[in-house]
Amino acid sequence: MSKSVQPIDAFARDLPRETRDAVLSSVMTRTAGRKAKLEADYENPDDLRRLAGKVKQHTLEHLDEYLEQAEAALIKNGATVHFASTAEDAREQVLAILKENGAKRVVKSKSMVTEEIHLNDFLQKNGVECVETDLGEFIIQIDGDTPSHIVQPIIHKNRRQVAQSFEELGLGDYNDDPQTITRRARKHLREKYLQSDAGMTGANFVSAESGRLVIVTNEGNARFGMAANGLHIALVGIEKVVPRDKDLGLLLNLLGRSATAQQLTVYTQFINGPRSKSQPSGPEQMHVIFLDNGRSRVLKSKERDILRCIRCGACLNVCPVYRQTSGHGYRAVYGGPVGAVLSPLLAGDDFSKYADLPKASSLCGACNEVCPVNIPIPELLLRLRSRANQEGIKSAGSPPMAPFAKLATSPKLWQTAMTASKAMNHLPITMMPVRPLQEWLKIRTLPKWSGGEFRRWMREREGEPRMDTNKHE
Amino acid sequence: MPQNKSRPTGRKVMLMATCLSDVFFADMAKATVEVLEAVGCEVIFPEAQTCCGQPAFNSGDFPAAEKVARYTAEVFAGDLPVIVPSGSCAAMHFHGTDLLFEDKTDTEKVENLAGRTWELFDFLVNGLGVKQWSGTLNKKIALHHSCHTRGSDTGAAMETLLSSIEGVELVEVGTPEQCCGFGGTFSVTFPHLSGEIGQVKLDSVLAQSPDLLVSADMSCLMHMGGLAEKQDKEIETRHAVQVLRDVGLNQ
Repeated sequence: MSKSVQPIDAFARDLPRETRDAVLSSVMTRTAGRKAKLEADYENPDDLRRLAGKVKQHTLEHLDEYLEQAEAALIKNGATVHFASTAEDAREQVLAILKENGAKRVVKSKSMVTEEIHLNDFLQKNGVECVETDLGEFIIQIDGDTPSHIVQPIIHKNRRQVAQSFEELGLGDYNDDPQTITRRARKHLREKYLQSDAGMTGANFVSAESGRLVIVTNEGNARFGMAANGLHIALVGIEKVVPRDKDLGLLLNLLGRSATAQQLTVYTQFINGPRSKSQPSGPEQMHVIFLDNGRSRVLKSKERDILRCIRCGACLNVCPVYRQTSGHGYRAVYGGPVGAVLSPLLAGDDFSKYADLPKASSLCGACNEVCPVNIPIPELLLRLRSRANQEGIKSAGSPPMAPFAKLATSPKLWQTAMTASKAMNHLPITMMPVRPLQEWLKIRTLPKWSGGEFRRWMREREGEPRMDTNKHE
Repeated sequence: MPQNKSRPTGRKVMLMATCLSDVFFADMAKATVEVLEAVGCEVIFPEAQTCCGQPAFNSGDFPAAEKVARYTAEVFAGDLPVIVPSGSCAAMHFHGTDLLFEDKTDTEKVENLAGRTWELFDFLVNGLGVKQWSGTLNKKIALHHSCHTRGSDTGAAMETLLSSIEGVELVEVGTPEQCCGFGGTFSVTFPHLSGEIGQVKLDSVLAQSPDLLVSADMSCLMHMGGLAEKQDKEIETRHAVQVLRDVGLNQ
């Protein structure tokens, strides 16, 4: 790869057309559905987004207090609470809980934080079978792939590819009928539930007031994962806490509509603790691991607003860059606009590794417009660009701005340059001085330069006496 | 993102023609002057003007952007409304400077300019109360709402004036959320992505078979028009102010 090419630009260029088209059409449908649903159900959905943004921002600004409250409430409910400051800590804590209980088989519902800490590989290496039970995640797992969307992990795959993977796994002869695929997965996974020793989940929200854990799915797999065994482990990012139960109404209403244009996801679980007298079913043990993994550092930064995110994926769906790349173009667990902010921040001292991502945006603002918690993503991208610039991180294909600033603060030089640029009209494209400009011109034309023309016109007419009537035609 | 509702108005104005007018779009800038004059404005053009500073700002070079923004605030000092025929440059004044100068002192002039800036169509309709444009134009117009006019009054203002022209048929462009792919330096640094993004938008426009593609931002039109021309697809692009000028100046 040439050094003058941005990695995500090269990724988009090399992405198979078929994949790009599948992603594009799917997210466009989602975007239209989201808008229609919100507008049909609410008079002014923007007010709701702003309110939800304030709730989450308030929580972040008092996160230490709310986490303490949540911990106390969870303990009161009978759960065991752990805190993990790094991905490694979290992995070790999960393994320790499993070992204490002699658990060898884990069924897991979809969770981005477990992706973030690469839990599956770790458990596998330590002799624990960990099976993904969300259909999309299950397919990702059997393919050894990674999710390319927060909500639709296999957005980059088609059913023929899935049918092939199922055949290779021994789930029957090749059949790409979606119903057959789903039925086969269901049969396979039901066995796994029954054999399991533990169920792992994430959480969409944790109420600090009541310690209620909220998990939403469309397949009911999280419920099955908890029904068949006695041990529930939930891995939760610290930013998932919300102050009160009543905040859940607002957030759940926005989450379903923003993510999948649903009023509410098919299954919304409120988990009030392990099995007890008042709650006669469910696992005997419930462990909640709150994961930091760089979040407190983000909380201290000026980009902390990104921690409001409730992982609906609406910003991915609407993002013109994501539409051309899928999540894999972002080289990290979180893709799209939220990933372009979160990945470099969560990387901590390795910020430079992802410093190109905040630049991969036209700053169109569509992400902010759809965000259910009104995160000012374009502003955060700009802050990160500024940070990269301050840290002297080089960026492929970026024109230097110091000469521009010099020119734009020297009116004489500016006007000379504007007039001289007319010479460009007579140069063949291949002789143009800047290489990126040649790339630009491969697929676009530029208008004719008319440098200085407007200013001349203004000067000439300012020389004439102004006429108040009949000045035109 | 609400703009300052108490911005000054009146019929003596300063024009910020934009850097793109300096290099490419002289005719659009002329049309802006002529349209403002047609509604009775006296237009002052500060000769020392250059650029709003957005290229440096968007590149993350805040010190360079700050220099240009401070320079521009000096050039446009005073108390007159400052009219910009670009939603994007106007947004730089409204919102960009908030971030750029958040930790700075001595920001009075910059804030003052932000509080006096109007995007042209917002000014015509909401500043001056011009809601009708007399004349006839028998054309089907696809209106592109540029991204930097999101949440502003520009889009509705353009619709008001364009739809008041006799014979004009305004058509919705599909995928309204989709950016044209230009993004300033973005199109240079990410040439492939930018082109593909633009193609999605261009296809939505062409699907309507309009006679004209119109916007409040020349930069979007330059990008979509440039893509179309390279593909030998016929689409005529006009800034909305050029449409008004062409329809007639006897208002």
